[in-house]
Amino acid sequence: MTVYFKQDEPDTSNRLDGMKQGVLGKSLSRVEGLAKVTGTAPYAAEYHIDGCAEGVLVTSTITRGEVVSIDRTSVLSMPGVIAVVDDEKMSTRAAQGTANEAPMQGPRQVCYWGQPIALVVAETFEQARDAAKHLKVEYREDAAAPLDPHAVEPEEQEDETVHQGDLAHAMAEAPHSVDVTITTKGHASAAMEPHAAIAEWDGDKLTVHASLQMPNYNITELADALDMEEDNIRLISRFVGGGFGSKLGLSEEVVAAALAAKQIERPVRVVQSRQQVFQTVMRRSETTQRLRFAADGEGRLTGFGHEALVSNLPGETFAEPALQSSHFIYGGENRELMLKVARIHLMTAGSVRAPGEAVGMPALESAMDVLAEKVGIDPVELRLRNIPERDPEKDLPFSSHKLAECLKQGAEAFGWQKGVRKPRQRREGEWWIGTGMASASRSHSIAEAKARVTLKADGTALVETDMTDIGTGTYTILAQIAGEMLGLQPDQVLVELGDTRHPRGPGSGGSWGASSIGSAVYIACNAIREELAEKAGTSEDRLELADGRTAAGQTLADLLQGKDISQEGHYEPGAIEDDFTAAGFGAFFAQVRVNHYTGETRVDRMLGAFGFGRVLNASTARSQCIGGITWSIGLALTEALEFDPRDGHLVNCDLAEYHVPVHRDVPDLDVLLVEERDGAASQIQAKGIGELGMCGGAAAIGNAIYNACGARLFDYPMTPDRVLAAMPE
Amino acid sequence: MRPFQYTRAPSLAEASNMTAGEDTLAIAGGTNLLDLMKLQVEKPGQLADINRLGFADIEDTDDGGLRLGALATNTETAVHSRVRSDYPVLSRAILAGATQQLRNKATNGGNLCQRTRCFYFTNIDQPCNKREPGSGCGAIGGIAKLHAILGTSEQCIATYPGDMAVALSALDATVDIAGGKGERSVPVRDFHLLPGDTPWIENVLEPGEVITGIVLKAPVGGTQIYRKVRERSSYAFALVSVAAIIELTDGKFSRADLSFGGLAHKPWFDPRVGEALIGQTPSEALFDKAADLLLEDARGYGENDFKIPLTRRTLRAVLTQATENAA
Repeated sequence: MTVYFKQDEPDTSNRLDGMKQGVLGKSLSRVEGLAKVTGTAPYAAEYHIDGCAEGVLVTSTITRGEVVSIDRTSVLSMPGVIAVVDDEKMSTRAAQGTANEAPMQGPRQVCYWGQPIALVVAETFEQARDAAKHLKVEYREDAAAPLDPHAVEPEEQEDETVHQGDLAHAMAEAPHSVDVTITTKGHASAAMEPHAAIAEWDGDKLTVHASLQMPNYNITELADALDMEEDNIRLISRFVGGGFGSKLGLSEEVVAAALAAKQIERPVRVVQSRQQVFQTVMRRSETTQRLRFAADGEGRLTGFGHEALVSNLPGETFAEPALQSSHFIYGGENRELMLKVARIHLMTAGSVRAPGEAVGMPALESAMDVLAEKVGIDPVELRLRNIPERDPEKDLPFSSHKLAECLKQGAEAFGWQKGVRKPRQRREGEWWIGTGMASASRSHSIAEAKARVTLKADGTALVETDMTDIGTGTYTILAQIAGEMLGLQPDQVLVELGDTRHPRGPGSGGSWGASSIGSAVYIACNAIREELAEKAGTSEDRLELADGRTAAGQTLADLLQGKDISQEGHYEPGAIEDDFTAAGFGAFFAQVRVNHYTGETRVDRMLGAFGFGRVLNASTARSQCIGGITWSIGLALTEALEFDPRDGHLVNCDLAEYHVPVHRDVPDLDVLLVEERDGAASQIQAKGIGELGMCGGAAAIGNAIYNACGARLFDYPMTPDRVLAAMPE
Repeated sequence: MRPFQYTRAPSLAEASNMTAGEDTLAIAGGTNLLDLMKLQVEKPGQLADINRLGFADIEDTDDGGLRLGALATNTETAVHSRVRSDYPVLSRAILAGATQQLRNKATNGGNLCQRTRCFYFTNIDQPCNKREPGSGCGAIGGIAKLHAILGTSEQCIATYPGDMAVALSALDATVDIAGGKGERSVPVRDFHLLPGDTPWIENVLEPGEVITGIVLKAPVGGTQIYRKVRERSSYAFALVSVAAIIELTDGKFSRADLSFGGLAHKPWFDPRVGEALIGQTPSEALFDKAADLLLEDARGYGENDFKIPLTRRTLRAVLTQATENAA
C-alpha cells in the first residue's frame, strides 16, 4: 500500500518527540562506517563483473569547433584495443541537477577545452588510457570562443530581479552607505571517489553501477539519452564517495559506458581520471558581486543592493544563484537585486556545494563588516538590528528563524569581545591576530520522496528507497527515524539505498535529502503504526513502542502473527513551500593570524552556531557542519580554479594544485547545534544542514584578516599575494 | 600508460649501461616519475630499478661531515639524529616538502632530480619547450603564479620545485655521481642548470650517470632556518622559500649562507647576498640592501610579480628571526 501525504500545513503534532524509543537525534555512529573503513563497502567501479572491458574518455584539445574526423586506425591496432566509440548519443557535459532530461549530446560539437568527444575501449585500463592519448582527431576550430565573463554582454536572469523603492536615493540620503565590489573565483566539485560507471546489458535491459547523488533523476536522464524506457534501466549507487554537486546530474562516463557496452556486447567500465573529473564535470562559476547598503545612524538598513555577474556555457540553464539568501536575510525597504550570466566557453558551471549562498553570503557578509565599521557598531549588533520580521520582498512569514539566537549563543561560546572594533590591535611575533564573524543563511528546499518500510514478522524492519548516502549519514538517520517510530533499536532496521528498483527518493542535493526522505519514511512508519495499533486493540496515538514491545508488553512478533507489514510512504511538499520563507540560519566566528612579512593566513579557531530544525543525529549533523566550515576555510584562503586565458583549459586540475585545506589548515572547530522544530520545513520538522556550514564562513575569516592586520580584501581567496598587496605598511 | 620494460639493475655498472641509452630511465622511489608516466609526460621504454644497488646508508665522513646515500629516503634523512642536530636546516626543508607518505618513499637522489610542476609541462596537450622542444612556453602569458622570477629565458620560466635541494645549496653540499666516465663530485649549487635555450636539460647528469650520494661538510653550527611561504600549510609548493645559516660574532654577521627556492629553475644561491651581510651589523637597511642584490635582475611575468616583494619581505623575516635568536 502507498500512503500519500501532501504537506500543506506546518506540522505541530511533534509526534517524533512523543515516541518512546529515544534514538532519534542521538549521536549514533554511521551504520556503514565499518564497511567503509575496512574497504568492504563497494563503490561504483569496484564491482567485479566477468568480461568487463575498460573505457577511457578522449577529450578535446580545442576550445570551440567541430570534430571533423577521428582516425580509428591510429589506435585499433594497439594492444588490447577493442573499439573507439563516438556515438552521437554520447554526452558532452554533465546534466544539471534535477534536469530530468538527457544531458547535452553530440560529441562532434566542441564547446570547451577538455570536453569528452570519444571513448576508447580496451581489455585493460592501461591499454585504454594509452590508446586514448594516441587517438588522432582532426578538428575545425571556431575562433570565436569568449572566455572572459566581463568581455561579453551578459543575460539578465529576470526572475531574480528586484526593484523596490529607490536604492540610489536611499544611499544618497543615508548617513552611512557602502558600495563595494567583491569577487570569488571558480571552485571544484571533485569528490574523493572519481566519477565511474559499469554498464551491463542483458538483452534490452541495462544495469549500471555508477556514482550518483540522484538516481531518481539520473534514470530519466539516462533513458532519455539512450531513447529507452526507464523500466528497462536499473541504476545502482549504494555507496558514493562524496558528491558536492558533481554527481547530481548524469555525467559523461555513464552514457559512454552504456553505449560502449551495447556496441561491443560486453560490460564496460569507465572511470574518469582525476584530471578529467576536474575538467569535465562541474565548476562553480566565478562571481563578481556589487553590494550596496544604505543605513541610518544606528545601522538599520534602509537600502539593500546585491548584483552578481556569473558565467556558464551557452545552452545551460544554471546561473549561480548568488542572491538566494540576499532576498530575505536582511531588511531595507529600498531594494535592488540583479543576477546576470555571461556566456563563455569554459567548462560547465553548475551546482557545487551550497550553490548561491556559498559565494553570495561571503560577499554580503564582507560588505556588512564594512558597514559595521562605518556605522561604528559591533558587527554582531549590526546583524541583530537588521533581522526582518517577515520576508522583506515576499512579505511572507519565516517558517522559523534562529539567526538571532545563533548570533548570540555563538558570540557567547566563542568569547566574542563586544564593541567597536579596530584593526591591528594584537601582534605575537610576526603574526597579527584578529577575529571576525559572519551570518550564515541557506535557503531551505524540500522535495517529493517515496520510501517503502517493511516491518518483518520477526520484528525487524527494512527501509527501501533509491535515495543515496553520499557520505552524509542517510543510512543511519533513516534507521533512527524508523527505529523511533517502530520502537526498534537502529541496528534492527536494515536500510537499503541507491537502487532504482526501490521507490523513488528525492536524491541527495540542495540539503533536502534528509528532511524529504525522512518525511517519507515517517509517513510509511505511521501507516504501519496504525495497523499495529489495530492489532493491539488501541489507537495509533496511544500506541507506545520501545525495544520491540508495546507498553503492555506484547512483542512486535506477537502482534504480527507471522505476517510482514509493508507500507510505502509518499511525501510531497504542498502549500508549505509557498506560504513561508524557509531557511537554515547560523553564525560564524573565527580567529586568524596573518603573517606580517609573508601575508600567510592561518585560522586559529572557528565556531559555527546553526539552527536547521530537528537534529536527526547529532554526530552526523556535526560532521556536516565541520565539513562546511572546512569548505569555508578553503573558499576564504586557497581554493581557486585557474583557467588558461587563451584556450580556457583548467590548469590546476588535481588535488595537488587545487588547494583544498589540509589537516594543518583546519584547527579546532566548534559547532553549536541550536535545535528547533520547524514544522513548515518538513513533516519531520527538519531542515537541511549539508550546505549551511559553508554559507558565509569565508567572510568570518576575511573579516578576521582585516581585524588582524588591516588588510581589507574584496577578492576571494585571500592568498598571501593579495593580503600583502592590501596590508598597510 | 605506455607499455614499458621493467628491469631490476643488478649492478651500478649495469644501471649505468642501461640508462646510457636514450629510452631508459632510472627509477628509485618513483613518486614523481610514475605520475609523469601516467600523464605520458615521461615515456621511457624501459625502467632500470636502482633500489637494490646499495648506497642507502647515511654515514659519517672522515672530516666530520655526513654522507647521505642517494637511496636513503627523505624520511630517513630528515629524522636522522645527526641531520637533526648538525644540519637542522636540511631536516626542516625535507619536512616542509610533500607529505609523510611521499617522503617515506622518495629518495634523496630522486628528490634532486624531480621535475618542475609547471602546469604546462604536465599537460601533454599544451605547449612546453621542456617537454617538447620548440613547441613554445605555455606559461608565458598563461597561468604563471608559481613561476620563476630569476634566471628565466624566453624558452622556459619553470621553477625547480623541491625544498631539500634549497637547504643543500645553503649547506654547500656536493653530489656524488657515478657511471659514465667514472666517479665525480659536483657542488649542489652547480648541479641544477638554468633553462637557457635548452630547458629540457635540467641538471649536469650525463646519460648513464647515477647519483650515489650527497656529501655534507663538517657542521658549521649557526642559526639554521628553513622558511617556506605557501598558500596552505602543507602539501603545497613554495611561493618562495629561504634556507639560511646565520651566525653573528660580536654583533656582526660572521656567516650568512642563504639559498632560495621557488624563484628559479634551480635552488638560487647568489654569493653577493652573503657577502653584503658579512661583517655588518644587522639592520633593516642592511637586509634591504641584500634583497636589492638578490632581486637586481628579477623579472615578473604578471601573475608572479608578487614574488619580488614577497621575497624581499621573506628575506627580511628570516634575517630578523635569525639575528634576534643569535643576539
